[in-house]
Amino acid sequence: MQCCEGLRSQAASRRSLLLGGAAFAAWAYLPKFARAADGGDPRLVVVILRGALDGLATVAPIGDPEYAGLHGSIALRPDGPNAAVMLDSFFGLHPAMPEFARMYRAKQAAVIHAVATSYRERSHFDGQDVLESGFAGPGRVQSGWLNRALEALPRGERVTRALAVGPTTPLVLRGAAPTVGWAPVALPQADDDTAMRLLELYQHRDPALVSALTQGLQLEKVAQGDEMKPKPGTNGIGAMRLVARGAAKLMAADDGPRIGALAFDGWDTHAKEGGPVGRLAQLLGGLDGALAEFEGGLGDRWRDTVIVVATEFGRTARINGTEGTDHGTGTIALLAGGAVKGGRVISDWPGLKPANLYQGRDLAPTTDLRAVMKGVLRDQFGLADRVLAESVFPDSRAAKPMQGLIS
Amino acid sequence: MARDSQAALVALNRFGFGARGGASGDFVNAASDPRGFVKSELNRANAALLEMPGLASTPALGKALFDYQFEIQQARDAVAKSGATEAPPTEPKAQRRNPSLSSIATDMTAKESMASSADGNNVNAAMARPDAVQPNPPKPPPQPPNVIQKTFRTEALARIQRASFADCGFVERLVVFWSNHFCISANKGGLARIWAGSFEREAIRPHVLGRFADMLKAVEQHPAMLFFLDNQQSLGPDSRAGINRNRGLNENLAREIMELHTLGVGGGYTQDDVTALARVITGWTFAGRQGQLGPPGTFVFNANAHQPGAQRVMGKVYEQSGVAQGEAVLADIARHPSTAKFIATKFARHFVADDPPPALVARLQDVFGRTDGDLKALATALVDSSEAWDAPLTKMRSPYEFLIASGRLLGRNPEDPSPYLGGLNVLGQPLWSPAGPNGFPDTSAAWAAPEGMKLRLDISAQIASRLGDGIDPRELLDLVAADAASPDTRRTVERAESRQQALALLLMSPEFQRR
Repeated sequence: MQCCEGLRSQAASRRSLLLGGAAFAAWAYLPKFARAADGGDPRLVVVILRGALDGLATVAPIGDPEYAGLHGSIALRPDGPNAAVMLDSFFGLHPAMPEFARMYRAKQAAVIHAVATSYRERSHFDGQDVLESGFAGPGRVQSGWLNRALEALPRGERVTRALAVGPTTPLVLRGAAPTVGWAPVALPQADDDTAMRLLELYQHRDPALVSALTQGLQLEKVAQGDEMKPKPGTNGIGAMRLVARGAAKLMAADDGPRIGALAFDGWDTHAKEGGPVGRLAQLLGGLDGALAEFEGGLGDRWRDTVIVVATEFGRTARINGTEGTDHGTGTIALLAGGAVKGGRVISDWPGLKPANLYQGRDLAPTTDLRAVMKGVLRDQFGLADRVLAESVFPDSRAAKPMQGLIS
Repeated sequence: MARDSQAALVALNRFGFGARGGASGDFVNAASDPRGFVKSELNRANAALLEMPGLASTPALGKALFDYQFEIQQARDAVAKSGATEAPPTEPKAQRRNPSLSSIATDMTAKESMASSADGNNVNAAMARPDAVQPNPPKPPPQPPNVIQKTFRTEALARIQRASFADCGFVERLVVFWSNHFCISANKGGLARIWAGSFEREAIRPHVLGRFADMLKAVEQHPAMLFFLDNQQSLGPDSRAGINRNRGLNENLAREIMELHTLGVGGGYTQDDVTALARVITGWTFAGRQGQLGPPGTFVFNANAHQPGAQRVMGKVYEQSGVAQGEAVLADIARHPSTAKFIATKFARHFVADDPPPALVARLQDVFGRTDGDLKALATALVDSSEAWDAPLTKMRSPYEFLIASGRLLGRNPEDPSPYLGGLNVLGQPLWSPAGPNGFPDTSAAWAAPEGMKLRLDISAQIASRLGDGIDPRELLDLVAADAASPDTRRTVERAESRQQALALLLMSPEFQRR
């Protein structure tokens, strides 16, 4: 068999492997809603970090007397080489995130600390299901909260341009509301006539495949610009930037998608997590670069944009025997964008004394992540509290939408 | 003509890798005795083993990698000593300044004009253009493949060939199922990549028609798994090494044993059980380059790293010392009812339906429990069930199944793994490299996503453009499905405007994609 001839080089296959972990998908329609009052044209990007981000290593509670001992050899320090960037007198930001620090100072970025979903076990896959489905517990669910939020929005024009990376849509955006995506794969394509014939066959013989193929074909129309194709030598960190860069370009367009999601893998730092430099530092640098790509690529639209970064759960407060951290509970969520009321670390800090740790090992969650998401959805898109508490995040009445996240 | 074409389709596609082209007679053979066709492979001695010249053992591969890394280190040291100005290049720093929108636009315009002048089909040329995000240093000349890449390709080719030449391919499908259940990822690092093939040959294949408990033990004691899930770094906090080096447990392997390999989430274990199992298997490691603990690249039990004392796991106290303690725990959880349920469900989901018939799952669970995890009995029970033959063919072929089936139909003799590996990368199933320890997804939704379908079509079109010349698509359709082919598909293939288009449509037809 001869396929994918052009993809035989090592560089190409490595590139594809790495991009397998980065996906972007978007709503197929422009929202038609009323924020006409202020003339805003709001945009929302949800970034899922799969593998469980160490929130205590990313935004370190340097002012907590227990922190340095718990995080041991990988703890951030307020001074010396590679010092943390102090966000206030208590929390220090990882030095691999200078762009986020700049946004924070410009009051366009915020941190929510000691946050968690309603999930209290420690399986990645169930944890991601809860994070992305928006249901209170794990289970085989077919739709994500962002998709259900879209269903509640008045549907405007069809998006003519969209892109996604990776052949699958992240669960958070899966569901009844149609989505689009695109993969930057350099591959000779089937011609339109063949595609139309196949669609006709599916219509008669296998209707379930019709919509998937139809969507798949439409995506490709736009994003044929070569600039989005990753280049040889692109590492996983560069891939994060590239995905964000392509997403930003399409989301900036007047007829481009307004609401999208992407996912980055690789945050499961069980061993050799590294402190100010090392494995986590590299990943955070990639995330930081991705945020900067959004800011640059969205241009004037950045003003109306909110990016939410979230992960399925946190990691143990105390490092394990291999200079890493095991699965935990409380962690952080990040907000960035011109529409964010930033320059704040929002936290009801539970403290890191042994008695304050969840099950004696994890940062105790004091904020429900759903409250953050609900606050963003309500203030960015005007979704009603009732819709948020019933269909978007079922059974979440107790997690009231957080106030004042959007400026 | 075939006696039971629909059953032949089930035999070949649900259980196997699809009909081979040419004069194989696969479809006719499958139609004349569908169950017998599938089961005949189970009775061949050592049916799942893969041994051939050029495939080396895990210790031999480990030694080759250690030597290779040692050479590189020595070369680096030599450069450092000579004080040469040519220090090894460091990672280029991420650009701090964000390019402005207008500079991106300028940059894109420049590149688009280049793109239009380049041959759009020449992927390599298109990919070689300088990258605007990270300025590229001048390109070094291509390096010959190193020992890791060479080994990975050799192992990949052996596996692809085995699947391509099998009669039905049921045993190879079982290998792929179990290999994904107990997956490692080659992306973990050099050792994982060089061991990905030998792990499957040594820990999975010998037990695919044997006992689950034996496979479990072979997997958890294989250096590739110990490396993949960090157990070589886990030290008992009160062990000699733990005290001396002030380091301790890593729960990664223990958790995945319980969550993904045996009991499943909700299978009746707690966080304390995970931690206890992590303690139990401290000391399970492999010997390194120096060979202090044993021959490099072999499984060894390092008593110095083992947490001393009895441990309680899932209510039972294990007093054993040494490696026997962990082996006793594994033997018990292999027999746990939760394990039987978890395995039976996954097995039925893989072969029959995303939501498998409960009666079938119950029967498989019973067989698993009654036979002490006899995996040949499990496979036989599946083939003997009525559900496996009656359930409609609703599952999508995985990318691996799709590419292998395409090669088989077109009578290819794989001599180069690259086209297969490239196709798997594009379609989101890079060989031996799932994103996490839960392996690749096993539902139709995962593989029938919009982007995936579009890419399958592109790949089908590309296969067809290269190989469609000398074939008769109508004959191929008869080889694939005979009179089980729907009139719609037959008409679509017959009315195609070219042989190439007909072949692309055939490869994308429900008869070829569903199983």
